[in-house]
Amino acid sequence: MIETREKIAIRANGEDLRIASEHTVTSLLAELGVHPAAVVIELNREILRRERFAETKVREGDVLEVVHLVGGG
Amino acid sequence: MHTGKEPTVSGGRPDSGDLLEIGGERLASRLIVGTGKYSTNEIMLEAIRASGASMVTVAVRRVDLTGEDEGILSVLDPDEFFLLANTAGCYTAEDAVRYARLARAAGFNDFIKLEVIGDERTLVPDVYGTLEAAKILVAEGFKVMAYTSDDLVTALRLEDSGCAAVMPLASPIGSGLGLVNPYFIREIKRRLEVPVIVDAGVGTASDACVTMEQGVDGVLMNTALAEARDPALMARAMADGVRAGRAAFIAGRMPAREIAAPSSPMEGMVD
Repeated sequence: MIETREKIAIRANGEDLRIASEHTVTSLLAELGVHPAAVVIELNREILRRERFAETKVREGDVLEVVHLVGGG
Repeated sequence: MHTGKEPTVSGGRPDSGDLLEIGGERLASRLIVGTGKYSTNEIMLEAIRASGASMVTVAVRRVDLTGEDEGILSVLDPDEFFLLANTAGCYTAEDAVRYARLARAAGFNDFIKLEVIGDERTLVPDVYGTLEAAKILVAEGFKVMAYTSDDLVTALRLEDSGCAAVMPLASPIGSGLGLVNPYFIREIKRRLEVPVIVDAGVGTASDACVTMEQGVDGVLMNTALAEARDPALMARAMADGVRAGRAAFIAGRMPAREIAAPSSPMEGMVD
C-alpha cells in the first residue's frame, strides 16, 4: 500500500485528526463542511483573522479551535 | 471618591424616550434576554420577539466538526438584535479574556458580558477574577458589562475599572428565586454612575417588576422565559413587569407605614 499523499497530525476542537499536508485553513474548513463566514478560529492560541484563512497553511502539530456563537444567557 | 446620591431618572415617561444607554448604544427596551435553554429555535425566536428586547445574549462554543451544527446566526438576524456575547462557563480571568477575544473576532461589536464564575453550586461570580479580566478587557477597548455579586465595593471597583455596565445578580443564575437583596441592589444603583442591570435570578413577572422598582436601569434574564410553559406569553408578562416597575419607580411610591391611614374623610360622618 502506497500513500500517495503525505499526512500530518493536527488537533482541532480537542480531536486528533490526520489530514493531507497541503491544506490551508480555508480548504480544511471546506473539507470539514464548516462555513468560514460563521466561525472564529484560534490557531495555536492566536486568533486568526478571517482574511488570512486562505493564505494560512495548516502545519504538523497545529492546534485549532473553531468556534461560533450559540444560544446562551 | 464615590459619594452617595439619589438615583437619577433618565427621560420622562417610561414608555416614551426613557431609553437605556450602555456604552454609547441606545436600547429601546430595558429588558435584555438570553438565547439559551429553549426547546426549539422557533420557540426562542417567538419569545425574544415577544419580550421586545433589542439586546440578546449569546455564548461562544466549539463548532461540532463531525455533525450538522448551525449556530445561533442561522436563527438570529444580527440586524434585528444587538448580540451581546458572554464568557459563560469561564472560571478564570484568563479564560474569560480568551472567550471575549473570540467573541469580538466574530465581528459584531465590542461589547462583552463578562462572567467569571467562582463556585459551581451557586454559580456566583469570582469577583477577583472578574475585576482582573475587566481591567484587561477595558484596556483592549471592550465595552464590558460585568456580571457580579450584590457586593457594593466590587460594583464600585468594576465601575472604576471602566466597565460600561455593572450587573449584580438578583439571585443565582437559573434559580428563579427573585430579588433576594433589594437593599444592596438599591445602594449599588445609588452609588454608581454607569448603568446597573440586574442579571440572573428573576423567575416571574412580579420579580421583574420589583427589581425595576429599585431604580435599576434594566433586567437581564434567560431561564425565566426558556423554562416557562409558554415562553412567549411569559416574555410579554416580563416586558409588562419591567415597564410597570420602571413606571412605579419614576412615579415615586408612597411611604410604607405599619399603621392604617384612612382614605375617606373622617369629617361629615352621620350620627
